[in-house]
Amino acid sequence: MNDNTLMRKRKRPLDMILRAAIYISASVSVLLLLGMIGYVFVKGIQTVNLSFLTSVTSTLEGTVGVAGNLLNTAYIIIITLLIATPLGVGSAIYLNEYARPGRIVSMIEFTTETLSGIPSIIFGLFGMVFFGESLGLGYSLLTGSFTLTLMVLPLITRNTQEALRTVPESYRSGALGMGSTKWHMIRTILLPSSMPGIVTGIILALGRIVGESAALLFTAGSDYRLPRFSGGFADNVERLLTKTTESGGTLTIELYLQMQKGQYETAFGIGCVLIIIVLILNLLTKLAANKLRPV
Amino acid sequence: MNSQTHASVRESTILGNRKNKAVVETAAQIIFTICAFFAVLAVVSITLYMIISGTPAIFEVGLTEILFGTVWRPAAEDPQFGILYVILTSIIGTSMAILIGVPIGVLTAVFLAEVAPKKLAMIVKPAVELLAGIPSVIYGLLGVYLLNPLMYKIELAVFEGSATHQFTGGANLLSAVIVLAIMILPTVINISETSIKAVHPSLKAASLALGASHIQTIFKTMLPAAKSGIVTAIVLGVGRAIGEAMAITLVSGSSVNIPLPFNSVRFLTTAIVSEMGYSSGTHRQVLFTIGLVLFVFIMIINVVLNKILKKGANENER
Amino acid sequence: MKNRRSRVLALAGACILAVGGLAACGAEETSAPSTGAAQTSSAAESGADQTSSVAGSAEAAALSGSIQMVGSTSMERFANALIEAFAVTYPDVNVTAEFVGSGAGIEAVINGTADVGNSSRNLEAEELEAGAVENIVAIDGIAVCVDPANTVTGLTKDQLTNIYNGTITNWSEVGGSDTPIIVIGREAGSGTRGAFEELLGLEDACVYANELDSTGAVMARVASTPGAIGYVSLDVLNDSVVALALDGVEPTVDNIKSGSYFLSRPFVMATNGEISQQSDLVQAWFDFVLGAEGQEIATSVGLITVE
Repeated sequence: MNDNTLMRKRKRPLDMILRAAIYISASVSVLLLLGMIGYVFVKGIQTVNLSFLTSVTSTLEGTVGVAGNLLNTAYIIIITLLIATPLGVGSAIYLNEYARPGRIVSMIEFTTETLSGIPSIIFGLFGMVFFGESLGLGYSLLTGSFTLTLMVLPLITRNTQEALRTVPESYRSGALGMGSTKWHMIRTILLPSSMPGIVTGIILALGRIVGESAALLFTAGSDYRLPRFSGGFADNVERLLTKTTESGGTLTIELYLQMQKGQYETAFGIGCVLIIIVLILNLLTKLAANKLRPV
Repeated sequence: MNSQTHASVRESTILGNRKNKAVVETAAQIIFTICAFFAVLAVVSITLYMIISGTPAIFEVGLTEILFGTVWRPAAEDPQFGILYVILTSIIGTSMAILIGVPIGVLTAVFLAEVAPKKLAMIVKPAVELLAGIPSVIYGLLGVYLLNPLMYKIELAVFEGSATHQFTGGANLLSAVIVLAIMILPTVINISETSIKAVHPSLKAASLALGASHIQTIFKTMLPAAKSGIVTAIVLGVGRAIGEAMAITLVSGSSVNIPLPFNSVRFLTTAIVSEMGYSSGTHRQVLFTIGLVLFVFIMIINVVLNKILKKGANENER
Repeated sequence: MKNRRSRVLALAGACILAVGGLAACGAEETSAPSTGAAQTSSAAESGADQTSSVAGSAEAAALSGSIQMVGSTSMERFANALIEAFAVTYPDVNVTAEFVGSGAGIEAVINGTADVGNSSRNLEAEELEAGAVENIVAIDGIAVCVDPANTVTGLTKDQLTNIYNGTITNWSEVGGSDTPIIVIGREAGSGTRGAFEELLGLEDACVYANELDSTGAVMARVASTPGAIGYVSLDVLNDSVVALALDGVEPTVDNIKSGSYFLSRPFVMATNGEISQQSDLVQAWFDFVLGAEGQEIATSVGLITVE
């Protein structure tokens, strides 16, 4: 160390205190966070088995399971992303490619920022009053999905925007210069190049949906049963579709309710499942960012 | 729609039916514009609905009675809807969580960006990123399961023999603050780390070349340069802490009290969550007013954040 | 390149889907209530099989009109179940119910704006004087519970009152160990809380350490907190907590029926004057509620029947 300096190194007490503070903070936060997750995982993994994932809690049969909640989570993810992805990507394309910088763009960007800053309980209230009461959807998976669409929209918009910004200007002028129309250029040059950003946005949105609770409790409700399937294929398809107008609680909602009732074993089991899902999503994000990067 | 599919068949050529192309171009532009205005529509309608649902109670009960009343007896014969303690709880609880969480978070970010060995940072960084995605309810679960019993022991020790203190069984403001502080850590760490990393290397090099120690460089040069990023992290942390509901409903005890560390307290968010199910009439309207108050807080935070971001952008351009 | 193109196509497809989806939203919104209606009717149909033998169908068909019911929020579940089943036997009778509170319900009956006033407490003297008649349709019990490690097994009414108003703060004052008492209750607006406070004369005088928003949450918190005390509806009580005897009486169905356990509350459907003085419609309603099927519904929603 002393080789680097001409003078003898001066001892600085403040430096040492600060350095100690850095080490203490880092170890506290990292150990605390990892310890917590490890704790939930270890405690929950005992509860998680095939029957926990494939059955439904029933006092008559004596089973404890989250199959219904898994299905509801899937419903909400699919419906929400089907609406939010095109909206978010379209919005980003408009902001980056069509709009001229000015008042409108800054207004849209400000509202997008605002939307991402609104706490989920407010979304929950709005969803309950607007989709649930004004539009008469009541407590249903649709109400929940529409509410979450508003919530994850900024995530997708912002990630797509960032990705579009990284596309070199020369790509655009090159394509346009060769006589391509704007839409053609967006479709064949911009979107493929920004695919990693879009996919990252979608996966982040997915994570937010999976972890959401406050916005869903008053919109999607808390039903944990599986729809009863019977009869022919057409009947079952219809049953799956009508389920969207019925209430359904996601995994996170069920975790909250179980924890409230003091059923900690089940709660930790669900926590463990959620952590695994988040872990997988995280890996997917990394993969998307690497694999889809255009050559 | 039809023309779109039609166009995609011919996408390999840049020649084509000019008229068709013009239609597609306009259609694309219109659709994208609509998409973009969706966010505006959403914010406007949320704002409108919050105001429409939140204001009737203000006229019925009176603004000062709600905002500055200290008695919350919504279901009594002579109901009182004072939410001063609830507002104070949210403000004090959030501030305390920030005071605990931000220094630890920023120092951890410094550690990851500057101090830690590369290999260690490469392991810890993704782990912290992962933690940002953990549902907040899980933090609440650990709060109820581990923190509350622990806090009860501390409470018993601190208030041993106290005649005036009402024991809460560990579900108190301090528990909620700790849960919130831990919950905002990943957000604060991630954003601060990114902004510290984004500081131009020339600044660091110049500082070191002038003889400043590494630690001096970090605290005197790099952190000031990363200021706007760190402020963003703090504001986002405030937003997340003040808006969190489910993680702290059970942990905080949920009685309306003066926000002292060992009192059972109720936050703006938990007030809505815990009573929405059963409320009716004016009571329900007041809950929406609480939502409106929370919304106003959040809007203020958003405007502040927007200002900071703009200022940061301007400074960078200079 | 080909791969890339297919991805773009997929994205464009998603766009089209979304626009379609948005358009479909409108359609789905309108269809939602109708499915809801279909569910209720199917639920009601299943009840019909049981009732058709009980009620004389010719007589039932003759009755038509509407019954207005106003009152207690805690009876919402019970009342709605009754209304649903009643509609099967008497399809032409429209029973409407508003859930605003016991006091408001009785008030509405007395001043004639409602036919039936739901109340989850006994009527007060002034209310009886004003002409309201107390028709008890079911009984609900409230259990006071503590954590299993607590050595106290019973409290007197005074002790319980003093614990909840904050006068007694340590278990040693009521014969237990030297542990502070953690007073746990329900949130404002809860029917259980209202009835509990009313029965102890503690309306809005309770000093809660924790206010939780469901019966299950109260029980879980009591079970996990040494020194905690809480109140829950009798039907949800389980082994994780110990129910206290009050004034030496255990909270059992029998003791509640005999009236010796004082923390029980009647579910009352008050009328202005005796039932026999009411319209045919209201009489039919009470025949139904107090009859076999009505009482079966009471049991199914966790209440104790009147005998």
